[in-house]
Amino acid sequence: MAKSDVKLIGAWASPFVMRPRIALNIKSVEYEFLEEILGSKSQLLLESNPVHKKIPVLIHGGKPICESLVIVEYIDEVWSPGPAILPSDPHDRALARFWAAYLDEKWFPAMRNIVTAKDEEARKALMDQVGEGLVLLEGAFSKCSKGKGFFGGDQIGYLDIAFGSFLGWLRALEKMNGVKLMDETKTPGLLKWADSFSSHPAVKDVFPETEKLVEFAKVLAKFKATLPK
Amino acid sequence: MAADEQVTLLDTWASSIGMRVRIALAEKGVKYEFIEQDLWSKSGLLLQMNPVHKKIPVLVHNGKPVCESLVIVQYIDEVWKDKAPLLPSDPYQRAQSRFWADFVDKKIYEHGRTIMTTKVEDQEATAKKDFIDTLKLMEGELGDKPYFGGETLGYVDVALLPYCCWFYTYEKILNFSLEADCPKLNAYCKRCLQKESVSKSLEDPKKIYDFALKLRKKLGVE
Repeated sequence: MAKSDVKLIGAWASPFVMRPRIALNIKSVEYEFLEEILGSKSQLLLESNPVHKKIPVLIHGGKPICESLVIVEYIDEVWSPGPAILPSDPHDRALARFWAAYLDEKWFPAMRNIVTAKDEEARKALMDQVGEGLVLLEGAFSKCSKGKGFFGGDQIGYLDIAFGSFLGWLRALEKMNGVKLMDETKTPGLLKWADSFSSHPAVKDVFPETEKLVEFAKVLAKFKATLPK
Repeated sequence: MAADEQVTLLDTWASSIGMRVRIALAEKGVKYEFIEQDLWSKSGLLLQMNPVHKKIPVLVHNGKPVCESLVIVQYIDEVWKDKAPLLPSDPYQRAQSRFWADFVDKKIYEHGRTIMTTKVEDQEATAKKDFIDTLKLMEGELGDKPYFGGETLGYVDVALLPYCCWFYTYEKILNFSLEADCPKLNAYCKRCLQKESVSKSLEDPKKIYDFALKLRKKLGVE
């Protein structure tokens, strides 16, 4: 398919944008990446996602698809044959979707709120929550990977993408707070998985560098301080 | 369904998200055992089947649990795929269905929870307007189709329909009228309730309101 037929509106630092980028890479689909600027929303974004006005948005043959995991499933269904992203068994699919929902609704909000925690006590409580979540995810990894290297088995799949897209920010948070949330004692499987994931050919070119995210976090904090309460 | 299939639903009668699963199972003609849960004193079975969230609904199929209402509905659609497909076959249409079901979760379900757990006098000034605006967006998406799924009940319908028996409660708390403010959605609810899979999966709106009042008293907001 011609590159111009597939566009992705996004931003380099967004974990949600990373998800469809990895999916497109898995399927070897060329696409045009349209970077949004912090603080302003392009006319194309507002027209393509009038409901939420958020990135990522995939535009395929002129038609927009919104919500990162909806986009990933769409990519999996449209570009098949190609390595499968969702597992084939309905129960395995349900498990992958369950953990992706957990990540988006519980785990990531706790992690994101660490940055804006009102005091040390609140910050510690959130970090404990993130740490406990990682122990749960270590269990999920054992169950889903069935002894292989990824949640998807031999190949990276839906849950690898859903969770792995948060690794850059997890590492940045660990650096900014001087803590290790993923470690050899509590989450040995995840630690090894994180290395394999971030160096995977479909991932490494879109995986943000920890240092760059730490710098961006400062820019983001300054920007948020200018917003009306 | 094969004779050796065992389908159990852990649920509570008033739950809007539990009703989604009931509608899906009814559409597919799946026989199942409904086990009412006491959420104030959670059963060993619920804690075992959903250790992460300890919440309903949980579908147990041949001993294996599936949790999260929309994950369950997709599972049901994939396992019992030969009857009443809920998701369309075209990938773009499927993506639109998933988007709007997610919208129902983010906007209507979350709004509903806030409305239920807030005192009448503490409701946000914009709560009523925001809720009605959200419902109007759904009306826009429905357009002239009989169902969100087109000519037949689909995934978005399953996500939204339980609210047909909860709207009466929201009307009372927020002081608005669905018939006056969202006539299209009101007509849609009446139309869908004529389907057996919907009417036997939903509860009487007045019973739901009684339940809601008791729950709000228990939570200290009524």
